[in-house]
Formats: sequence, structure tokens, C-alpha cells
Amino acid sequence: MRIVVTVKYVPDIASDRGFQDCRVVRTPAEGTINELDENAIEAALQLVEAAGEGEVVAVSVAGPDGAVALRKAFQMGAHRGVLVSDDALAGSDYFGTAAALAATVERLNADAPVDLVITGMAALDGLGSVVPTLLAAHLGWPALNLAKKVALADGAVTITREADDVTEELSARLPLVLSVADTANKPRLPNFKLIMAARTKEYETWSAADLALKPDAVGQAGARTETLSAAPRPPRDEVELVTDKGEGGKALAAFLIRNDLV
Amino acid sequence: MTNRTVLVLLDPATEVRTSVLELLTIARSLGRAEAVTLEAPTVEVLAQLGAYGIETVHQAELPAAVRGDERHLPAVVAAALAAAVRRTDADVVLVPTSFAAKEAAALAAHALGAGLVIDAAGVHDEDGRIVGTKRVFAGSWDTACAVTTDVAVLTVRSNAVVPQPVETAVSTEVEGFTAEVPELPVTLVSRTVKPRTSGRPSLEEAAVVVAGGRGTHGDFGPVEDLADALGAAVGASRDAVFEGWFDTYIGQTGVTVAPRVYIGAGISGAPHHRGGMQAAQVIVAVNSDPEAPIFEISDFAVVGDLADVLPQAAEVIRAHKA
Ligand SMILES: Cc1cc2nc3c(=O)[nH]c(=O)nc-3n(C[C@H](O)[C@H](O)[C@H](O)COP(=O)(O)OP(=O)(O)OC[C@H]3O[C@@H](n4cnc5c(N)ncnc54)[C@H](O)[C@@H]3O)c2cc1C
Ligand SMILES: Cc1cc2nc3c(=O)[nH]c(=O)nc-3n(C[C@H](O)[C@H](O)[C@H](O)COP(=O)(O)OP(=O)(O)OC[C@H]3O[C@@H](n4cnc5c(N)ncnc54)[C@H](O)[C@@H]3O)c2cc1C
Repeated sequence: MRIVVTVKYVPDIASDRGFQDCRVVRTPAEGTINELDENAIEAALQLVEAAGEGEVVAVSVAGPDGAVALRKAFQMGAHRGVLVSDDALAGSDYFGTAAALAATVERLNADAPVDLVITGMAALDGLGSVVPTLLAAHLGWPALNLAKKVALADGAVTITREADDVTEELSARLPLVLSVADTANKPRLPNFKLIMAARTKEYETWSAADLALKPDAVGQAGARTETLSAAPRPPRDEVELVTDKGEGGKALAAFLIRNDLV
Repeated sequence: MTNRTVLVLLDPATEVRTSVLELLTIARSLGRAEAVTLEAPTVEVLAQLGAYGIETVHQAELPAAVRGDERHLPAVVAAALAAAVRRTDADVVLVPTSFAAKEAAALAAHALGAGLVIDAAGVHDEDGRIVGTKRVFAGSWDTACAVTTDVAVLTVRSNAVVPQPVETAVSTEVEGFTAEVPELPVTLVSRTVKPRTSGRPSLEEAAVVVAGGRGTHGDFGPVEDLADALGAAVGASRDAVFEGWFDTYIGQTGVTVAPRVYIGAGISGAPHHRGGMQAAQVIVAVNSDPEAPIFEISDFAVVGDLADVLPQAAEVIRAHKA
């Protein structure tokens, strides 16, 4: 069982996130693994453990600080890490990101067959939830998205997904791209031994040239969208706070009525 | 007026949801608006489209190999959208923001070499380019994103605009077209649609949302009571759903809402939850903790027990409406 897990390096959602020159500010102090990719790592580890053999390769497309996401994957038990990092990749849109990830999977697949790519359901900064679909389209593999339950048998994966008030059971044959929901599992906490080992564990760094990526397919040059502006919203007015002494509900209703919201 | 053609996805074709009426309204502001569907629209649906100025509905005829519910698979919807764009030489495709529609939009954009904007809160023309505006980072930043390719695909959030019918309704024609669908690599084993609670708007589309959290201690009665008094949708925090108290949660990994009013009761306002509701126009909170983090983003808040506050508010609102 050989599984590639994609992990994105994102600003912590509890931090003060923002943009500079229309690009997301990514500082090491606030940078972390996309939390939802921990569900992907967990799913991969469980499948490898069930198979009794295999390898989990964590891949991140990011600047040099993106190694933080790989370290977290190592702490959980990933066996190998690849950081795809190149100035030419900066400013990639959904398609550029998917192209870079696809080229990485193809290169790994050329060494030894990859059975599965597992991703998170969304990156908590971009929140597109489209990279898994586009990655699968690039690879020409099936995509099974937003899995809540995952079952692997006889070379096929069957998932249950719940989205948009619809419950679906879908299945497809390996190799394929699978995205897992936050409800799929509970990511394990790293144990002391793995934390220590992760500190010094080496990862590989691949450039756009290593992946034979065409410069006009990735990065700002390949982007099909251009961010024209990014501005912080004006702060909200101070909250009007009422302490309930028996009339709190009336005050709430009065607020709604007064503001023509009923 | 430009001579742009804008296609709006109508799926299902058995009803025109509010989110679709919003898309039709946006589409008209950008150019000539037409609809795309994968099944036969009903007479009522055609009348509603006419009221929104839609003269043409393109109905995809799917290969026989695509059976039953398979027509809802993103790969099939994407194939129909891409074929419709090629046939009509359309410039813009608008779809609602649901997970399935995002997948279909991504695949259609991939097939068409089109730029893609996900979760636009508004769409406009700027110097001849299509621009999607987005509210990001839990509603704390506004961004504007221009599509630089010939064709633009956008998923648009509910409540982006107020639906506007045209002054004089037009008559709507259905035009069939053949959509080639590549062999499906995914098998649909089963599909069940959750019946909507009658009388309540859907959470994604509602103008008013009342949500309950762990502070309900398992009793959603007061939350539902206030929601019904307001004609609102009911939502929850993820913790409340994990407890089994309700079935749909709002937040970064659940449903994203951007209603006129969000009322959160017994919800602390964790960053994951905020990510799904902070774009609401007015935020109201009821929480027994005077230091609850949700107060930081609220316009109005009551410190108190929701079991007392919500029923009282519901009673006053019912009396006001009567
Ligand atoms: C606020 C914001 C808005 C944006 N809007 C647009 C837009 O409208 N159109 C557009 O084309 N681009 C947009 N982008 C750019 C886009 O976010 C990036 O291309 C990003 O790398 C992928 O999209 P996502 O963050 O939405 O990922 P998602 O599609 O939400 O990610 C799903 C999963 O894919 C994997 N993944 C995603 N990115 C990476 C990565 N870099 N490395 C490893 N794994 C990854 C992760 O496992 C993740 O859980 C936006 C970016 C931001 C920050
Ligand atoms: C990867 C990940 C994704 C997540 N995604 C989401 C998401 O999409 N949506 C989401 O909601 N959460 C999400 N969460 C969970 C989130 O982090 C919080 O744990 C959750 O939102 C808390 O729910 P709560 O506010 O109901 O509970 P709590 O944080 O426990 O808050 C309960 C509140 O109720 C108040 N209270 C108690 N009794 C009363 C009373 N009688 N009357 C009034 N107030 C009372 C308390 O003061 C408290 O503020 C996610 C978590 C993770 C790790």
C-alpha cells in the first residue's frame, strides 16, 4: 500500500490572518499544517496499518517554511516527505497547485506505483475544496470526495459522504484520489518517540524543474485569476450587551424589531 | 449592455431555489442570461424562469449509459456545463455554492481551460473582465479576483443579491442538446436526499438563522421556537451535532451561511464556527458567559440563560407579527 498525502502549510486560523500585496501573509510564527490534512494522514496511516505494510509519503507545495507541515506529518507517522518549493510556484491558483501536486505524484508513481492520494476536505485558508478534484483530473484518476467512511476491499474504495443534504455511497478502483471529511476519523496525537524522530528526519525538496513543470502552467504566470485587491473589513461596532434580569428576551426582540429584521 | 452570454446551472430542474433566482439576477447584470439543466423543467419552473427574463433553457440530453441519479454526479454535470458553453459560446458560468456544485464547476473549468472563482459573494464587470468578490478569513477580509481567461466559472454564495424578477415576464423555450459524457470512473452505489423540514427555509439560503450549541444542553426546543417565530432556518455548532442534538452544523467544515441575521445561542464562537457565519450582516448572541468570545463579533448580545431568553424573545416577536 503506497499512499501520498497532500498537506498544506497555512496560517493558524486562531491567528490574525491577512494579506500583503494581495498575497496571504505566511509567517513561521503563525504557520501550521492545515488541520484538516491531519484527517488525511490519519486515514492513510490506518489503511497502511490494516494492510500490514506500506508507505505514507507527505507532500506539500509551499515556500521553505512549508517544512513545518511535513514535520507534523512525520510526528504522526508519515514515512517520507517531499517539499515542492520554487519561486516559480508562488501565486499558483487552483489549477497551478493541482498541476504541481499531480507532477509530484507522477514522479513518485514512476519510482513505485502509488495506490492512493489522500487529501483533506479543504485548506482552511483558501477553502476552495477543489484541489482534490483537479488533481484527480490531471492524473486521469477517479476522485472520491468528502469521505466520512472509507472502506478498501479488492482493489476498490467505497466511501460514504454527506454533503448538501445528500448522503451518497460511491466507489471506484485504485489508483484514485480520496478527500476525507473532518468527521472521517480522529487524528492521533504524536507520541514522544515520533516527536523526537521527526526533529531530525530528512525530507526532500523538489523544484519546478525537477518536476518538468512548464513555467506557464504554474505560479502567477499560469494563473487564470488575478487578485485585484485585498482589504481588511472595517471593525464591527462595539457590541450592545444586555444582561438578562428577566427582560433579556424582550430586549433581543426589540433589537430585531428596531432594526427592521423581523 | 454587453453581448456576453451567461449560463446558470439549474439542478434540480423541479424547483427554482432562491439561490438560483439570485444567480439569474446576477447573470442578467452581466449579459444575456440563459439556464442549463440536465432534466426536463416543470411548467412552474419555466414560468418562474420567464419571470426572471430567461428566454432559453438548454437541456442536456445524456447518453443512455448515464442512468437515474448518476446525472447528479459532478462529472456528468460538468460535462453538460462544458458542452453547453461550447454550444452557446458562453463567457460566464454561474453555479450555486454547494460541495457537489464546486466539484462540477472545477471539472467544467478544467475541461474548458477556464478560470475559477469559488465562493464569490458578488460578481461584476470591471473593464470588460469578470470579477468575483470574496469575503475571506472568516469574513475579516474582502478580496476581488478577476478572471483572466476567456471563459469564467464562478460558484456564488447564497444571499449575494436580492432576487429581482424582470418587469415583463418573457416566454421560455427549452432547447435540447447532446452532451457527451466520458465513461464514469466512479460508481454511484446509493443516493438519498434528506427531506427538508417543511415550513423552514434551508440553512444555506435562509435570510435569518438561529443556531444552537453546547449551551442548549441537548434541548433545541427554544432554538427551534425562536426560529419558527422569525421564519428562520435552524443550525448548530459541530459539538452539538456530534452530541446528536441536531443534524447540520455551521462552520468552516460544515455549512457556510451569510444571512441578514445570525442568532447564536449557547455557542462560544470558536474560530472554526466563526469561519462559517462571520459574513452575516447582523450577529446576535445569547450566552451565559459574559466573556464569551462570540461577543467580540456580535452586534447585539444577551448575557443570560438561553432557556429563558429565547422563548421570551419568540413570544414578543409572535405578538409583534400578529
Ligand atoms: C483566501 C484565498 C482565496 C483564493 N481564491 C482562489 C480562487 O478563487 N481561484 C483560484 O484559482 N485560486 C484561489 N486561491 C489560491 C488557492 O487557494 C491556492 O491555489 C491553494 O494552493 C489551493 O486552493 P485551496 O487553498 O482552496 O485548497 P483546497 O482545494 O481547499 O484544498 C483541499 C486539499 O488539497 C490539498 N492541498 C491544497 N493546496 C495544497 C498545497 N499547496 N500543498 C499540498 N496540499 C495542498 C490539501 O490536502 C487540502 O486539504 C485562493 C487562495 C486564498 C488564500
Ligand atoms: C478540524 C476541526 C473543524 C471544526 N469545524 C467546526 C465547524 O465547522 N463548526 C463548528 O461549529 N465547530 C467546528 N469545530 C469545533 C469547534 O472548534 C468548537 O469546538 C465548537 O464550535 C464548539 O461548539 P459550542 O460553541 O457549541 O460549544 P462550547 O465551545 O462548549 O460553547 C458552549 C457555550 O455555551 C454557553 N452556555 C452554556 N450554558 C448556557 C446556557 N444555559 N445558556 C446560554 N449559554 C450557555 C457557554 O458559556 C459556552 O460559551 C471544528 C473543530 C476541528 C478540530
